[in-house]
Amino acid sequence: MPKRIDPDTETVTFTFEGQIIRARPGDTVASALAASGIRHLRDSAVSGEPRGIFCMMGACFDCLVEVNGQPNRQACMTPVSQDLAVNRQNGGVEVKV
Amino acid sequence: MNNNSITSDVLVVGGGLVGAAIAWGLLDRGLTVTVLDEGDIALRASRGNFGLVWVQSKGDKMHEYARWTRRSADLWPDFAEHLAEETGISPSYEKPGGLHFILSEEEDRRVHAQHQRMHNVNGERGYGAEMLDRRQLDELVPGLGPEVISGSYCKHDGHANPLLLLRALHRGLGLRGGRYIPDGRVETLERDGDGFRATTSHGSYLGGRIVLAAGHGNKVLGPMLGLDVPIHPEKGEILVTERVAPLLPMPTHVLRQTNEGTIMIGDSHENTGYSTDSVTPVMSGIAQYAIRCFPALRNLRVVRSWGAVRILSADGFPVYQQSTDFSGAYTINCHSGVTLAAAHAGPLARMIAEGEFEPEITAFSPRRFDHA
Ligand SMILES: Cc1cc2nc3c(=O)[nH]c(=O)nc-3n(C[C@H](O)[C@H](O)[C@H](O)COP(=O)(O)OP(=O)(O)OC[C@H]3O[C@@H](n4cnc5c(N)ncnc54)[C@H](O)[C@@H]3O)c2cc1C
Ligand code: FES
Repeated sequence: MPKRIDPDTETVTFTFEGQIIRARPGDTVASALAASGIRHLRDSAVSGEPRGIFCMMGACFDCLVEVNGQPNRQACMTPVSQDLAVNRQNGGVEVKV
Repeated sequence: MNNNSITSDVLVVGGGLVGAAIAWGLLDRGLTVTVLDEGDIALRASRGNFGLVWVQSKGDKMHEYARWTRRSADLWPDFAEHLAEETGISPSYEKPGGLHFILSEEEDRRVHAQHQRMHNVNGERGYGAEMLDRRQLDELVPGLGPEVISGSYCKHDGHANPLLLLRALHRGLGLRGGRYIPDGRVETLERDGDGFRATTSHGSYLGGRIVLAAGHGNKVLGPMLGLDVPIHPEKGEILVTERVAPLLPMPTHVLRQTNEGTIMIGDSHENTGYSTDSVTPVMSGIAQYAIRCFPALRNLRVVRSWGAVRILSADGFPVYQQSTDFSGAYTINCHSGVTLAAAHAGPLARMIAEGEFEPEITAFSPRRFDHA
């Protein structure tokens, strides 16, 4: 489980599934969630199995979350900012035809 | 000579879809097989293709190819199941049929005429593709753009995940006792006694027989064993969207939704040599055409793109050849290595094991170009 070396510098807050997450300026959504012990970010669009961070550098697209109502955002590529509303993504995004 | 020479019944040069499928099939026939494969810098169509197992429109000008393609598509369900059982890796093959969208009257006439020419390619079993009007299309695929006027549907078409297919074949190779040598770029080939010697930078390998399945590499390797390999590169670029809930019920010639939920968009044909660059004008052209076919794509983000080079002969049909000067040497080259994987692993591997090409595939000899 990832842990902060120096936890006292968490000055930014955002929500994940309504829960308040404390983050450091410069964190990404993924790093802040990992530091808070949250590993389950979405469910696979195919199997429904839980998915979370894998590469932490924008390549694998495993860390997708919904950010301020927008689906399929990469948590590891989204910098935290005060009052972001992040939600777990359940399955595939429905697209209207 | 070299004291790290390793001997097998058959050496297969190239571990892409073609070499891996043949090697897997040869191992099933009790032969010992070594696969020599170049590293990541090689041109590897098997890692960059669209994943269709496609029958319609194949072999209009060469009915042997239409039949060979269809034979492979008929073998695919068992092949996929067998691979999955043996290796635990499913190539996620599905056969819901496939669609070719038609956006102009002219294309409608062209495809219709092709159906008529090909209706008898498989004798009694027919060609398998039919024209659908817009109303029938709407029942099959809701959400088509207004410009789509008709479509061609073939029930034998399907799709697979080409990377899982390759992975499954490689694992199967190992499980069947084959040897796979990565970073094994073959530099020279020569006769050695009754067999062949393939030399790489780290040693040489001996085989009673040899199958050149090195994709574009065959052009350089073939002549060392008296095999002229008339193939050229043709680039195709592919875009991949973010994952979405099921949207497309079947693959089409320009779009398909993968087992993972992403949508692949493709079908460019570029004459840019061995370049694998992806370039903006082509990518936007591909995206625009796809949106005309299926406007909902407008709402999706593209997350990846790449270019890869097809292995094509002048007429687009396979080049399968047995060397006359060096008996026991073969070269196998083709576009549509996903589609043909089941035929390569089954009947073609058997013919190579038995040392005799059956009449149905002798049409793929490059001798057909001699009087061109
Ligand atoms: C954009 C695109 C879309 C496509 N779409 C489809 C599709 O939808 N359906 C379909 O059926 N087919 C499709 N294809 C075609 C299909 O990908 C190819 O037919 C197939 O991958 C060819 O496999 P291969 O093993 O011959 O070649 P490759 O994948 O190129 O493999 C050749 C191998 O040989 C090795 N090699 C080369 N030189 C040497 C050497 N000197 N020594 C040792 N090893 C060597 C390389 O490392 C490589 O691994 C597509 C191709 C492209 C490019
Ligand atoms: S963890 Fe791989 S893209 Fe975010």
